[in-house]
Amino acid sequence: MAEPLLSLSGVNTKIGRYHILHGVDFAVPKGGITMLLGRNGAGKTTTLRTIMGLWRAAEGSIRFEGTDLARLSTPEIARLGIAYVPENMGIFADLTVRENLVLATRERAPDPRRLQWIFGLFPALEKFYALAAGALSGGQKQMLSIARAIIEPRKLMLVDEPTKGLAPSIIRNMIAAFRELKRTETTILLVEQNFMFAESLGDGVAVMDDGKIRHTGAMQALAADRDLQQRLLGLHLDAHQ
Amino acid sequence: MLTQLLSGDFPRSRALTAILIAIFVLLALAPFLFPGTKPLNVAAKICYFIVLVASYDLLLGYTGIVSFAHTMFFGIGGYGVGLALYNWDASWLAVLAGLVVALAVSIVLSLVIGLVSLRVRTIFFAMITLAVASAFAILASQLSSLTGGEDGRSFSVPTLLRPSFRLFEGEVLGVAFTGRIVVYYLVFFLSLALFLTMIRIVNSPFGRVLQAIRENTFRAEAIGYRTVVYRTIANCLGAGMATMAGALMALWLRYIGPDTSLSFAIMIDILLMVVIGGMGTMYGAAIGATIFILAQNYLQSLMGLASKSLEGLPLLPKLLHPDRWLLWLGVLFILSVYFFPTGIVGKLRRK
Repeated sequence: MAEPLLSLSGVNTKIGRYHILHGVDFAVPKGGITMLLGRNGAGKTTTLRTIMGLWRAAEGSIRFEGTDLARLSTPEIARLGIAYVPENMGIFADLTVRENLVLATRERAPDPRRLQWIFGLFPALEKFYALAAGALSGGQKQMLSIARAIIEPRKLMLVDEPTKGLAPSIIRNMIAAFRELKRTETTILLVEQNFMFAESLGDGVAVMDDGKIRHTGAMQALAADRDLQQRLLGLHLDAHQ
Repeated sequence: MLTQLLSGDFPRSRALTAILIAIFVLLALAPFLFPGTKPLNVAAKICYFIVLVASYDLLLGYTGIVSFAHTMFFGIGGYGVGLALYNWDASWLAVLAGLVVALAVSIVLSLVIGLVSLRVRTIFFAMITLAVASAFAILASQLSSLTGGEDGRSFSVPTLLRPSFRLFEGEVLGVAFTGRIVVYYLVFFLSLALFLTMIRIVNSPFGRVLQAIRENTFRAEAIGYRTVVYRTIANCLGAGMATMAGALMALWLRYIGPDTSLSFAIMIDILLMVVIGGMGTMYGAAIGATIFILAQNYLQSLMGLASKSLEGLPLLPKLLHPDRWLLWLGVLFILSVYFFPTGIVGKLRRK
C-alpha cells in the first residue's frame, strides 16, 4: 500500500487544562478528498489546528511526506505546501480581494493563469477584485478563503466547515469548486457537518467523537450504511435526503 | 509621479485631500506666511511630530503593536545628535556621527526588545516597553555628567543652521533668510521624505503582511509568515523613524532634555494624535499631529480671547478662562473620539 501523504499517530492535544484529543490515529492518502466528520465538540477543528501547529500536540506524531510536523512552527508547516482554510471565513477584512490573494502567494502578483482559473471557479472574486474583503458577502468571503488557499498549487489543503452558514446555491457552487480541485489531484482533508456535502465529495472518511477516531473507511460505504451513520453521527434516516 | 510619490495611496476623499494640501502648503510656506518665532516653532514641531506620530502608527495602527517605548527612541535620536554637538565641534560630521550612533542604539535596542518580548501577549509587551522606557528616562536623568540630567544640554549647531547666518544678503518675500529658516526647511524636507518613505513601507508587500498580522496573527502564520520576524522588523523601523524625528527636534531646538523628548506625557500625546487622526492611516498621523499641536499652542490664547469677549456674562468667561485649556483639550479629545471613532481620516474616507 502506498505511503499516505499525512498520518497522525497517537496525537494528544491539551488546551490549557482541557484534554481535547485523546490519541488520534488516521491517515490521509495522496489525492482525493478525505472527510473528517463528527458531532459538535468532537475535536475536528482541534485536529486541523494541531496539524497546522496552531495548537501543539502534547504527544504523538504527525507525519507529512516523512517530515514530523509536531517539531515545526506554523509558518514552516505552511511552507511545506499545506494550506489551511479556517472556519468562519478566515480572510483579512481590511485588505482587498487582490491583496488577500497576493499575500498568500508570498510574491508580488499571482500567476495570471492560476488567477483566471480561480476566477472561473469563483466569478464573484473577479468582479470584486479591488474591493475590501470585509465588504464581501458571507459566501464570497468563504470563496476568497478557499481561493487564497489554492492561489498557489498546494500539496494538502485543510478545510474547516466551508459550508457553515451558507445558502444552498452557494453550497452547490462550493461542491463544483471542490470537484474541480479534486480533478487537479490536490489532496484535501475537509471537516464538515453537512452530510449531503460530505457524501457528494468525499472519497475517504474518518469519524471523530470525544477526541478520538471512531471509524475510518470509504465515504461511499458510510453513505450507504444508515445504521452506521446513526451510530457514529446520530443522523436520522431522513436527515440528509 | 504623484502616484509613485504616494505609492498609489491617495487620500480617497475630497475633504481629506483639501485638508492635506492645506497642511502641506501652510507648512511649506510657514516662514513667509507666519514669520514670528512662535508660529515657526509650532510649524517645525508639527513637521517632526508628523514623522514621530506616523512611525508610531506604523506600530500601533498597521501592526497592532502597543509600545510605550516610542519616546525613548525619540529621545535617543535627540540625545545622539545633541550630545555629539555638545561634546564635539558644531559640525555636520558631529550631526552625522550622532545620528548614526543614535540609530544604531535604537535599532539594537528595538531588536532586543522585539525578539525577547514580541512573542508575548500585547499587554505584556506594552508593560515591558513601559518598564524599559521608564528605566531609560531615569538613566538619562541620573547620568547628569553626560546628559546634563534634568537640565539637559544646550548646544551649538553647524554655522549654516545658526540664527546669525544669512543665506541671502537681502530679504526673500519680505523675510530675512536666516539659519533658522534653513534649519526649518531642513526639518520640513526631511520630515516630508521620511513621511513618504513610511507611506511606501505600508503600501509595500511588507506593509500588507503587517496589516494581516494586525488583523489575525494565527491566519498570517498559517499562510507561512513568521510573524515575530515581521513584527520585530516593524518595531525596528518604527524605532529608527522615531530616532530620526528626535534628531530633527534636537537640530531645531538646539537643546535636549528629558522633558522635551523622554517624558511619558509626550507618549500620551502621540497616542492621542494617532487616535484623533485615525489609526492605520499615515494621513491620519499628519492630521492628528497638526490639530493636536495647534490646539496645544493656540487653544489657551483662543480661550483668552473668548473669555474677554464674553465678559459680563455669567459663568461662560470663567469656563473659558485660559487656565482651563487642558480641560477643554480633554473635552475636544472626548468629542473627537465620540464623533470620529475611526479617526478623522476614517470618517472622511467613509463619506
